Amino acid sequence: MSRTPQIGVLALQGAVAEHEQALSAAGAQVRKVRRPAELEGLDGLVVPGGESTAMARLAAPVRLMPAIRQRHEEGMAVFGTCAGLILTADAVADAEALTGFERIGGLDVVVRRNAYGNQLASFETELEVSSIPESERRLPAVFIRAPIIEEITGSEVEVLAEAAGHPVVVRQGRLLAASFHPELTGDHRLHEHFVQLAAG
Amino acid sequence: MTTTTQSNGTPGTGATTVNTGLAQMLKGGVIMDVVTPEQARIAEEAGAVAVMALERVPADIRAQGGLARMSDPDLISSIVDAVSIPVMAKARIGHFVEAQVLEHLKVDYIDESEVLSPADEAHHIDKTKFKVPFVCGATNLGEALRRIAEGASMIRSKGEAGTGDVIEAVRHLRTIKGEIARLAALDEVELYAAAKELRAPYELVKQVAAAGRLPVVLFVAGGIATPADAAMMMQMGAEGVFVGSGIFKSGDPEARAKAIVKATTYYDDPAVIAEVSRGLGEAMVGKSVSEIAAPHRLAERGW
Repeated sequence: MSRTPQIGVLALQGAVAEHEQALSAAGAQVRKVRRPAELEGLDGLVVPGGESTAMARLAAPVRLMPAIRQRHEEGMAVFGTCAGLILTADAVADAEALTGFERIGGLDVVVRRNAYGNQLASFETELEVSSIPESERRLPAVFIRAPIIEEITGSEVEVLAEAAGHPVVVRQGRLLAASFHPELTGDHRLHEHFVQLAAG
Repeated sequence: MTTTTQSNGTPGTGATTVNTGLAQMLKGGVIMDVVTPEQARIAEEAGAVAVMALERVPADIRAQGGLARMSDPDLISSIVDAVSIPVMAKARIGHFVEAQVLEHLKVDYIDESEVLSPADEAHHIDKTKFKVPFVCGATNLGEALRRIAEGASMIRSKGEAGTGDVIEAVRHLRTIKGEIARLAALDEVELYAAAKELRAPYELVKQVAAAGRLPVVLFVAGGIATPADAAMMMQMGAEGVFVGSGIFKSGDPEARAKAIVKATTYYDDPAVIAEVSRGLGEAMVGKSVSEIAAPHRLAERGW
């Protein structure tokens, strides 16, 4: 029996407690990360939903984003949801409000922020996810002022789920990203997938 | 997306998961009052998670007197266009047509706010009739639960807006947290009596007693003026902070906005709070709540 996976949740702002609960339920040991030193010893890190502009600005003075990138290159798995997808994407189409601020990067996609529109365009749906057996029920997915993955720019990116012609769950090696909020539904299957990815 | 299902986020509430969920995404953040697109951009640049678009900040409403109503749609639209973060706007308590207009303007959240002059002395807006989410003020648990039962997706303690005096924000947050803690100690029969005393639906009271928290996100508002104010509210269990007059009525709004954002994230680290508090210039002038006669206190509006 291997040791319990150690998973961090980036806790600058956003749906931190929800991810902590989902990760604990998925069998991980969880802690908050607000400073580079707190990344030490982590098998994986969740970058939660929230406002990507606020997180990028809070991370800048302590250079947290490059520190996460470096730890990821050394083997730490990363799971970005919604704002977390924006922060892990290599390119952001409408990056004006993020200009001059470092992001994590590493995911070979182009995303567009708030691509569905304002809050009135937020929605819930259910998804078929290829990491989840077809025999199981579909994954509930809550999209809130969500980004859209407009383009995949690298051959290593696998699309695990799509909605309306756009990828909404993607994986590239030890990097997982979703444009919605798996932490809001009480269905922890995507978190379980990430904890396995981080432990492997 | 072919299927768009809107399910109830929380049993006993009219709020949807997408609407309570947006408030969850704002947690740990600062929502700032802005009166121009330029201020909105300064707020976004400082790391605000959302802005509240309005014509006059509470300190000016207090100073100038007269009725305060929903802002000009031109102003709200210009602020919506200016930033990429969510935009909130205020409707008068009970003024459901102002809320309809704000929904039409595609704001991301409506604040049914005691800072404006109430439009209905008995009824709040039936928020279940709207697709756009609402945040409402509360001074105690019963008030918070009545607003949630009406469909509010987010609660903020009221504090006393436009004063820069944190005493009422502290009192309201302590009251709400204390009343939640007391519910947890009651058995099922006692919860019926508690629901009656709180004038709130039994199902919601039972849910709060079991969970030990509100079923929606709880921010604080009203009187927060310094980084230390914000951090104290977070240490006391607030999930985020509204800053109204405190930023743009201060000597150096940009620096103060950034400092309050940082103090809200690192709320438990006095070294960070000390660092961001250095050289901030003048805080808003402020007015002690105890000097304001009861009829002029905004927190007493709403029922």
